[in-house]
Amino acid sequence: DIDDVGHKYYLELELEDVLDKDSTVNCTAEVLYHLGNKNIAPDVQFTLEGEPKNTDEADNIFYNRIKNLEKELVAENIPDSHGNVPPEMEPIRLLAWVASGYVIWQNSTENTKLQLAQIKHVKQVKRSDEYLEFDYMILLHDTVSQEIIPWQMTVLWHPQHGVQVTQDSRQPKHASG
Amino acid sequence: HQVLRIKTRNEEEVKQLQLLESLEHLELDFWINPSTAALPVDVRIPANNVQAVKAFLESHGIEYSILIEDLQVVLDKEKEDMAYGQQRERSSNSFNYGVYHTLDAIYAQLDHLASEYSNIVTKLQIGQSYEKRPLYVLKFSTGGSNRPAIWLDAGIHSREWVTQASAIWIAKKIASDYGNDPSVTSLLNKMDIFLLTVSNPDGYVFTHTTNRMWRKTRSKNPGSVCVGVDPNRNWDAGFGGPGASSSPCSDSYRGPSANSEVEVRSVVNFIKNHGNIQAFLTLHSYSQLLMYPYGYKCTQPADYAELDALGRAAARSIRSLYGTTFTVGTICTTIYQASGGSIDWSYDYGIKYSFAFELRDTGNYGFVLPASQIIPTAEETWLGLKKIMEHVRDNPY
Repeated sequence: DIDDVGHKYYLELELEDVLDKDSTVNCTAEVLYHLGNKNIAPDVQFTLEGEPKNTDEADNIFYNRIKNLEKELVAENIPDSHGNVPPEMEPIRLLAWVASGYVIWQNSTENTKLQLAQIKHVKQVKRSDEYLEFDYMILLHDTVSQEIIPWQMTVLWHPQHGVQVTQDSRQPKHASG
Repeated sequence: HQVLRIKTRNEEEVKQLQLLESLEHLELDFWINPSTAALPVDVRIPANNVQAVKAFLESHGIEYSILIEDLQVVLDKEKEDMAYGQQRERSSNSFNYGVYHTLDAIYAQLDHLASEYSNIVTKLQIGQSYEKRPLYVLKFSTGGSNRPAIWLDAGIHSREWVTQASAIWIAKKIASDYGNDPSVTSLLNKMDIFLLTVSNPDGYVFTHTTNRMWRKTRSKNPGSVCVGVDPNRNWDAGFGGPGASSSPCSDSYRGPSANSEVEVRSVVNFIKNHGNIQAFLTLHSYSQLLMYPYGYKCTQPADYAELDALGRAAARSIRSLYGTTFTVGTICTTIYQASGGSIDWSYDYGIKYSFAFELRDTGNYGFVLPASQIIPTAEETWLGLKKIMEHVRDNPY
């Protein structure tokens, strides 16, 4: 407890590579949840002990594949109802996961627990520069209220420049189903 | 409707086809779009426009052949084949436990199991859902009269597909293990097992037809456009307390009153009428948790020590197979305070061994867990359930 400021948590984490369970990196972090004002994202400071695996090769393969598509990529329901993800869509899913992590962080308080549930729709947006841009409609699962929240996010990515969420907005839920 | 394959010889012809593509009134459905002369163009043409399109192609000297003369015939045959396949599945039983199935397919398999293992498995109907679908329970019994029994249910929240899928695998496992596995054999020689594989059939159908993320029942809420009640906030345990919503539009809506949902009421009535249920076990997903009461209050149950020890033993059994870790604890301390939950009701009713499982995963796929994980999930879950059932068998009360 930090009087008049909020609650600070000191964490020791082990980060595991989703694509290679044997590859782990230790991490220490401090998270500060601000008192009262629900509109400020928690402060996060972290230190990685060591480096995550290098992904340059896979990044470049994905980057070039998308850059060379004749028509802009469009896809729906990733994963589909049965949990299937076509192999060529896996990087699209992982990109959404990273980007949604940012959205979740910006909308988290000490009492929330949000997870990415599914990508409803993704559309590549043509760009004249070197970045890849994707317009996603995702579903977030709020584990506390159990609600499924549609959320729009615009994501920029480049192998050397990383991920950026340039725009995001919560969408209205449909009433009956 | 016909499907034509058009062989373009040059860029000029490709451009002609792209022109055709732009004529919306023709309602052309390109299966392969015109893009380069190197690839054929496949297009489905509604019946009334077939002649016009052919005339256009012929007048421009563009070569084409008929890929599908009458699409309806092909579709009808496909439907026939699928139905035949289903029939075959039914008779030779090639039911694939490693994929997700429709409600009808699961219900058909319940019949199949009851028939194949008729010496120990019978199918009972304990009620009907809101939309009048039967609620079927499989009874595993080697005889006796009203023996002490274990209750197991799955799919109370319809979007948690790995639970219904695991439940049907577990049904097969129990049935086939009797007479082969010493533990299951001794269990069924003393006790009965009642398994409700799909607790919320209306919701389950809805997740297949309309909204994969549907959680609740499909009951109409008077005065609201919003449908459904969270069946795991509807039990008579701290009903109306924190952790459940009073709004019909909420995914954790508790309902107008406890037991308002027929799906819940049917189970309550069954349990009460049976009178000798010793354990109440329920499957949910996701999060990998193994919980015991309470959820509606944040105090420990009287049997805390025993339930916690048993829960930990079960979690160790689960982990022994594929390394999957489950967190053990009361509902309130492990996830959140939530009123109206089923295992709180069963515990306060007197069923000491009340546990709720949250199966795989921890959020990577969440509700849309890949089908390839169904059997591993069912296998490890079964080890945890078995550990609990063995304890119940050996500790009558």
